[in-house]
Amino acid sequence: MEMSLDINFINQYIPLYIEAAKLTIRLGVIGILLALMVGFICAMIQYFKIPVLRQIVAVYKELSRNTPLLVQLFFLYFGLPKIGIKISSETCAIIGLTFLGGSYMAEAFRSGLEAIEKIQLESGLSIGLTHAQVMKYIIFPQALSISVPALCANIIFMIKETSVFSVVALPDLMYVAKDLIGLYYKTEEALLMLVIAYLILLLPISVIASILERRLRYAGFGN
Amino acid sequence: MEELEKLLELRHIHKDYGNGAILKDVSLDIHKGEVVVLIGPSGCGKSTLLRCVNGLESIQSGDILLDGNVISGKKTKWSEVRQKIGMVFQSYDLFPHMTVLDNILLGPMKVQGRKKQEVQEEAEKLLERVGLLDKKNAFPRQLSGGQKQRVAIVRALILKPEIMLFDEVTAALDPEMVREVLDVMLELAKAGSTMMIVTHEMQFARAVADRIVFLDDGEIVEADTPENFFEHPKTERAQKFLNTFLF
Amino acid sequence: MQDLGIKVLFMGNNFLRLLEGLWITIRISLISVALSVVFGILLGVLMTRRNLMIKAITKVYLEFIRIMPQLVLLFLVYFGLTKMYGINLSGEVSAIVVFTLWGTAEMGDLVRSALISIPRHQYESGAALGLTTVQIYWHIIIPQTLRRLVPLAINLTTRMIKTTSLVVLIGVVEVLKVAQQIIEANRYTVPDSALWIYGTIFFLYFIVCWPISLVAGRLEKRWKS
Repeated sequence: MEMSLDINFINQYIPLYIEAAKLTIRLGVIGILLALMVGFICAMIQYFKIPVLRQIVAVYKELSRNTPLLVQLFFLYFGLPKIGIKISSETCAIIGLTFLGGSYMAEAFRSGLEAIEKIQLESGLSIGLTHAQVMKYIIFPQALSISVPALCANIIFMIKETSVFSVVALPDLMYVAKDLIGLYYKTEEALLMLVIAYLILLLPISVIASILERRLRYAGFGN
Repeated sequence: MEELEKLLELRHIHKDYGNGAILKDVSLDIHKGEVVVLIGPSGCGKSTLLRCVNGLESIQSGDILLDGNVISGKKTKWSEVRQKIGMVFQSYDLFPHMTVLDNILLGPMKVQGRKKQEVQEEAEKLLERVGLLDKKNAFPRQLSGGQKQRVAIVRALILKPEIMLFDEVTAALDPEMVREVLDVMLELAKAGSTMMIVTHEMQFARAVADRIVFLDDGEIVEADTPENFFEHPKTERAQKFLNTFLF
Repeated sequence: MQDLGIKVLFMGNNFLRLLEGLWITIRISLISVALSVVFGILLGVLMTRRNLMIKAITKVYLEFIRIMPQLVLLFLVYFGLTKMYGINLSGEVSAIVVFTLWGTAEMGDLVRSALISIPRHQYESGAALGLTTVQIYWHIIIPQTLRRLVPLAINLTTRMIKTTSLVVLIGVVEVLKVAQQIIEANRYTVPDSALWIYGTIFFLYFIVCWPISLVAGRLEKRWKS
């Protein structure tokens, strides 16, 4: 095989990729923040066993975790307008990503909370703290640090999932790459830039995540 | 006993989880400055009794009074009551994400709203008393089990409780660390603290107690001075129990 | 006109066609999982070797596969291989290649961590009996790791089925593509069919994946103790 890359072509289209990456980052960050909120609320509902709401959360988590984002987006973008609910591409993408990520974030928070032994709650109460104070000073700080690796893994997972946004007509990285392949047949260049773009987006997060994980696993508090 | 002021009164306490009673009609008065040691076979309800006293478990009937006030009602402000009742648990229950000092200061600062500076001085004095002043900035995981329990005692003492509850605080310790914790408790007893202690250390029980309360199957079977109880147990159940400690 | 849309599902053999489309994605997933389990065990064993070269290569492979969105991997194989090597893979074969590469990485890492959790003396007592390395793995080590691996492999299957929905983007005619065809064909007679068809696909995926997730969760809980 003969592989010669068209450097001029690459230079010419780098700005297109940068624009696309910005879109991915913007939608990804919004989706991740919303998913963290949804996840936290769901985890609270399950932790405090709030009736009715906890059943709704359970159903939501199963629906979200057992269906592909792509199908969720098709339904939102192509299905809902048929009954008069028109949602913009970006809103669709954000709703879909939040719907998907929320359940994963909820799971991460839940496992952190469950890892805290009951004696921590009891000894907090026994020195006179109220339930709310026990949560704030004792349970949350510990649970959150246990959840960090799972939360990081979810962030990476969610950014990867944004790669299907092109199906709702958003000009993201995949969209640009496919366009360049289709229009100019510059497959190698387009794919190379695609891979590099995702590496730049995801590698730093992945490295930070593994450093955090190692620190939490091998040291814990007090090292 | 010079003082006969009742500090804690348990009146006809009944508790069950729905499948058989854990505590049956338990009545017990504890006077100011008195050290009461609860002993009995595992599952006899002695730990549950302690947990009921500071509201970690609810009771089905009966009353618990502290300083003459009922604290077992629905409207009890536990946050206030628990400042008067210090408790130390069997498992090392320090907060692992805080230093020794922060563990101790949390209660006074967040519950009593006291200033850090003045409490810190007190905390350091107490730490010195249990021989752990040099560990004040350590995290719990850097301490041995015995050291953790001593810190847990200080964390309860700093709130100046009227009564201290000890729930098998040495049961999870390696044998060589039991002594250092029991010594602290003995010293507290000598200094006149009111204490309710659940333990399996019979020698210690005898040394520290003003009164031994023997529980079996959720009821008080015998209550007497240590000498009488250990030398001349009146009931067959108490004799049988004490025999299990003889070789 | 609420009842109009759902009617399209039962016109002709539309529902059957959707199921056939779904079967394509499930078939791709099952083949990929089966291959991933086999290659994953090999990779996992390989990764416990102390050879630095092997360690470096497997590490790079693992990290790259895990960090890249699966859709990027699909593009690399489907568009890239064709262009650079002139290998013309169908969408379905490309998908199996990509999902096997991905599944092998996931399984390999699971197998590796399961293997290193087996105490050293298990290997040594096997060797003391005069077993060869292959025999030690086959008779002693792998059976012990299976309990940990089965739930994870089942779990991988649901992730695989969900991810396989992406193959529509490299031209495989599966459930979403069939859906588009049905919607297109009924565009004028049943204008709101998209809602019902995509809604149906959403629940079809759920009905397929949910029981598998449940089984994986149960097994994981039961075999933990």
